[in-house]
Amino acid sequence: MEFAGILAYLVSLAIMAGIYAVFCLGLNIQWGYTGLFNIGIAGFFCIGAYTSAMITSPMPTGTYAHYVHQLFGLNLPFVFGLIGAASICGIVAFFIGFATLRLGDDYLAIATLGIAETFRLIFNNEQWLANGPRGLMGLPQPLAGLVDPKNYNYIYLVIVIVILILIYLLIEQAIRSPWGRVLRSIREDEISAAMSGKNVLRFKIQALVFGAMIMGVGGALYAHYTKAISPDVFTPLYGTFIIWVMLMAGGSGNNKGAILGAFLIWGMWIGTKFMTDLLPYTLKARAPYIRFLLIGILLEFILIYRPQGILGEEKKVSKLIE
Amino acid sequence: MAELIVYGIVLGSIISLGAIGLTLVYGIIRFANFAHGDLMSAGAYIALFITSVALPWTGLPHTTFGPFSFGWEMVIAFPVSMLIVGGVAIGLDQILYQKLRNKNSNAVIMAMSSLGASFIIRMIILILWGSDFFFYRPGVLRPAIEFPLGIKIRPDQILILFIVFLLITGLHLFLKMTKMGKAMRATADNMELAKVSGIDTEKIIIWTWCIGGALAAAGGILYGIDVQLHPAMGWNFLIPLFAATILGTIGNMYGALIGGLIIGISQQVSTAFIMPTYKPAVAFVIMILILLFRPKGLFSGGKE
Repeated sequence: MEFAGILAYLVSLAIMAGIYAVFCLGLNIQWGYTGLFNIGIAGFFCIGAYTSAMITSPMPTGTYAHYVHQLFGLNLPFVFGLIGAASICGIVAFFIGFATLRLGDDYLAIATLGIAETFRLIFNNEQWLANGPRGLMGLPQPLAGLVDPKNYNYIYLVIVIVILILIYLLIEQAIRSPWGRVLRSIREDEISAAMSGKNVLRFKIQALVFGAMIMGVGGALYAHYTKAISPDVFTPLYGTFIIWVMLMAGGSGNNKGAILGAFLIWGMWIGTKFMTDLLPYTLKARAPYIRFLLIGILLEFILIYRPQGILGEEKKVSKLIE
Repeated sequence: MAELIVYGIVLGSIISLGAIGLTLVYGIIRFANFAHGDLMSAGAYIALFITSVALPWTGLPHTTFGPFSFGWEMVIAFPVSMLIVGGVAIGLDQILYQKLRNKNSNAVIMAMSSLGASFIIRMIILILWGSDFFFYRPGVLRPAIEFPLGIKIRPDQILILFIVFLLITGLHLFLKMTKMGKAMRATADNMELAKVSGIDTEKIIIWTWCIGGALAAAGGILYGIDVQLHPAMGWNFLIPLFAATILGTIGNMYGALIGGLIIGISQQVSTAFIMPTYKPAVAFVIMILILLFRPKGLFSGGKE
């Protein structure tokens, strides 16, 4: 492969890692700062991607309309897709939080898992909603007219990085505010937070919604990068599990760690692909399973031997305390 | 409709086997075991290995077994697979959860660890068998028996109900009559009190995993006999298992049995109105309703 090819490959790798970093930041608000165990990230991934896809693409017309069905197609700019994805994810998260956060920690996990599987079923079965199992294709890309399509990924990489930085700054600001300190106090000791007069349930719901909105943005970024989405993309493996491993590896409770983990694990994931390419032909079809097995084992090692991840938590979050 | 209810009881009894194990682990070891569904898959695939590879290798001729769809191999494979999966569950505890317990990790970290374990089990199944469907005896479909009300039941399904009945009666007697069973119930009630009464809680935990794993394996095999084997079968059982567990109040074995039956019947009856692919969503909706209106489950009356 000559230089340009390698560069293009690295750019596509960085875009995906950047999108996963957005998910990690969302999960970090929920798990890293508040201690909410959301194992239905794939659900928010899915809703975010579909919402943005339908907001930004036009309603199919002519013969095309016989083959592609979707609930709505608004043909609005990319920014509206991001806003819509974040809003819908926030609303869904609010209802889940309302139903489960009054109860123990495990209930949220089970409910988010259920919602992720249920949304995948709905998008798979309901043809009229978003074209069923075949999904939506040819999604519009922002600023696509500016450059040659084969160089487009450079522009998209810039878009992803700009959004990633904005989200990072927003979360850093939020987490260093009094609001952020309440979240951490809830994570450490819910009862003492309640005794200090904090409405624990309300803060937990806010953290869940905030995190889910960022995941919605991540889903939207994914949809416009791949230009095609279908329900089988949003599986527990690619949509939830790998994001958890990224956050745990990088360091939960640390936004730099969340981003680092995303790039590191995505790099490892792609790197192991080169390794399994060396396998004999008969084993190649099962190579992804071997790679996921290794990722699973990695998670177990992290949980037992380095639960704080590579960077660990930033203990000092107030600029007032030196 | 009557037929759907009977099929629902069959499915529900399989869910119950998983849910009873899950609720015992939840009640005694106190964390949500997300690998429980995949223990069911493990049991089904280990039985598949024994019936289709290990026993044919001995060269003994295959004969069918009574009016059932499987051969004599299953009579051996069933208990052996239960034992192996019981061992796998203990092994996972020793390798993973015990280390976390000793470090005083909280229950959520243990649940996350079990989520990792569930993916590891599924990936091993996928590596060894691939993502295809399997049957224990391909091509053999025994005629169904006709009952009144137009209910057609296969002999396999009657056997499934009988085996579930035997296993649950056995577990009931074990918990009520034996010293170990009593110690397990005491630990579920109050672990600290059990410890100071001289009960070896680590030993209780090992027994709990063994029973939970073995019951999960039985559930997985019975589902394989009734329907088919697929690597995602256990993962798809996870929502119904948790729904049954919560419905029947966490830690309550008899509640899990009733919960499993309710979920199974609702799932099958729902196919008369909506697409069968929505079965997992039916369990999820029931679970959300329970969480909203009676979060402690149906059988929480006396205890709280």
